[in-house]
Amino acid sequence: MSLKAPVTFFLLIAVAGLAVFPHFSDEFYLEFFTHLMVMGIFAMSLDLLIGYTGLVSFGHAAFFGLAGYLLAIVTPQDEAVALWLSLPVCLGGAALAALVIGWFSVRTSGIYFIMITLAFAQMLFYYFNENEALGGSDGIFIFSKPFVGFGDWQIIDLANPTTVYYFVLASLVACYLLLTVMLRAPFGQVIQAIRANEHRTRALGYDTQRYKLVAFVIAGTMAGFAGYLEAVSTGIVSPGHLHWHNSGLVMMHVILGGMGTLYGPILGAFILGLLHDQVQEVTEHWHLVQGVFVIFVVLFLPRGIAGLVGRLFGRPPDLDLEENRVAGEDGNKVDAEPNGERTK
Amino acid sequence: MIEPILTTRDLSKSFGGLVAVNNVTLDFAPGRVHAIIGPNGAGKTTLINLLSGDLPPSGGSITFKGRNITRLPAFEISRIGLGRSYQKTNIFPQFTCFQNCWLGAQSRLKTSMKFFRPAAAYAEVHARAERALDLCGLTHRRDLPPAQISHGEQRQLEIGMMLATEPEVFLLDEPLAGMGPEESEAVVRLLNDLARDHTLILIEHDMDAVFAVADLLTVMVDGRVLATGTPEEIRSNAEVQDAYLGSGEGQA
Ligand SMILES: Nc1ncnc2c1ncn2[C@@H]1O[C@H](COP(=O)(O)OP(=O)(O)OP(=O)(O)O)[C@@H](O)[C@H]1O
Ligand SMILES: [Mg+2]
Repeated sequence: MSLKAPVTFFLLIAVAGLAVFPHFSDEFYLEFFTHLMVMGIFAMSLDLLIGYTGLVSFGHAAFFGLAGYLLAIVTPQDEAVALWLSLPVCLGGAALAALVIGWFSVRTSGIYFIMITLAFAQMLFYYFNENEALGGSDGIFIFSKPFVGFGDWQIIDLANPTTVYYFVLASLVACYLLLTVMLRAPFGQVIQAIRANEHRTRALGYDTQRYKLVAFVIAGTMAGFAGYLEAVSTGIVSPGHLHWHNSGLVMMHVILGGMGTLYGPILGAFILGLLHDQVQEVTEHWHLVQGVFVIFVVLFLPRGIAGLVGRLFGRPPDLDLEENRVAGEDGNKVDAEPNGERTK
Repeated sequence: MIEPILTTRDLSKSFGGLVAVNNVTLDFAPGRVHAIIGPNGAGKTTLINLLSGDLPPSGGSITFKGRNITRLPAFEISRIGLGRSYQKTNIFPQFTCFQNCWLGAQSRLKTSMKFFRPAAAYAEVHARAERALDLCGLTHRRDLPPAQISHGEQRQLEIGMMLATEPEVFLLDEPLAGMGPEESEAVVRLLNDLARDHTLILIEHDMDAVFAVADLLTVMVDGRVLATGTPEEIRSNAEVQDAYLGSGEGQA
């Protein structure tokens, strides 16, 4: 269950590239890349649900937007709020929302799970969209960035775009490592087993509902973290952050990037984001191009962009779920055969 | 008489109008091999599903070591020491044989809500998984996914996963179905070994195997218990002859 050398090598190069990027970039692209990294964290958190636990959440933007709004709410008019204070509040709020939404959702499965997560997220969307005190459909500005430091001593200045860039980059790496560690731990084994065969996982003695709920809360909290970073870097939160378009977009990042790989969804966020940026300059028909791109990836890269990375680096991606998917296709036979050959 | 380890009282299950298990009252003695036989559709698998918590009963009760477990969910029934294997192979096609057994073995940790230490570092889980793999005879297939092993070996893996959870009572639903003669022989030997210090509830169509391992037999027909007795008693029971054994020894 490990990521083997070639892909790790690719990831290290990618991180090194991101680390030196600010030296070559203008402010626009610096902020754009900050946004893409935030979307990468967001997409990774959804991959924990879709790619590892098998929970297709269509309401993931709820946590992203909620944490952003919480930051706006706890930030006073013309004063900074401490990061030590605001971050736990925002993450706690996202976690609590995920606990409530998850508590209802994990009881359902398949299409019902998709619908119920969507319904909850849309409820939150309408709440913030109609809430004039929070700017209604225009959203709300956050004028002062969270203060990172103690007393008068400021450690880093989140008003500086380059600092925010590195802060987000460090967060991206930290989230990736955290998820990797969790996926290798007993908890990670159980959620991957749930995705593969929930019924058997339960029969083996695991309370699968609880594991799904915990995964949902972890993913929701991490999505909240992404939303917090987005609010910090852009200084604005709007209902669009919670809209189902955003949930759909991040789902697209996960699926096109390659579910069950963690790094794939980050690639998905970058490639779709950059493509959008480039296409926008030459044509208005972004959605048409996006559609063609989606069809292309789905038809020719069944394992998403991550599958291509694996191939370029000499072997298929090595996270065990990758090789597993191949086996999984035949795996259906495993189920079917005994029926046919059963002794009568 | 010894206290039974597992009992059912008037246990029933209906699917719509169909009564698949009908007022079944049985006692399972500890350390015995109790086989349940009967024609297709007799309700044997449904009975196991009730015992294992896979299905909630429509009526009646189940007691395990004096504790009422009628409404316990499947995962808790597994945790208190009742393990099962499935008639229809129910494994993790994506994982290797070792990983399949691993998941069984890991389930005996107090909790798997552990997020930081790598699973591979849990030595006792590792040992338990290797032992189960060895017992079910798949050590040489350790790192292959189920798709790359034979159908009979998949059936062995089905048993291995159950072994990895180290149950006290084994609920075996046609463990020999789909196995070749050699594999069957190995599994019958394994069942005999297990029988020394475990309780086995065995559904099996292979009558030679049943008579080779079972201490007690229950015959089910149409969801009801037709008769329970030693292999000799069942063999000579006229009613059973009529209903079941009569039409060609051992074939339902
Ligand atoms: N989930 C279900 N829904 C509806 N009917 C069911 C269900 N499970 C079993 N049945 C029906 O209940 C009856 C008993 O089935 P069961 O599988 O328990 O029989 P069995 O004795 O195990 O037979 P076999 O020897 O073929 O495995 C059958 O008529 C079957 O069609
Ligand atoms: Mg059956």
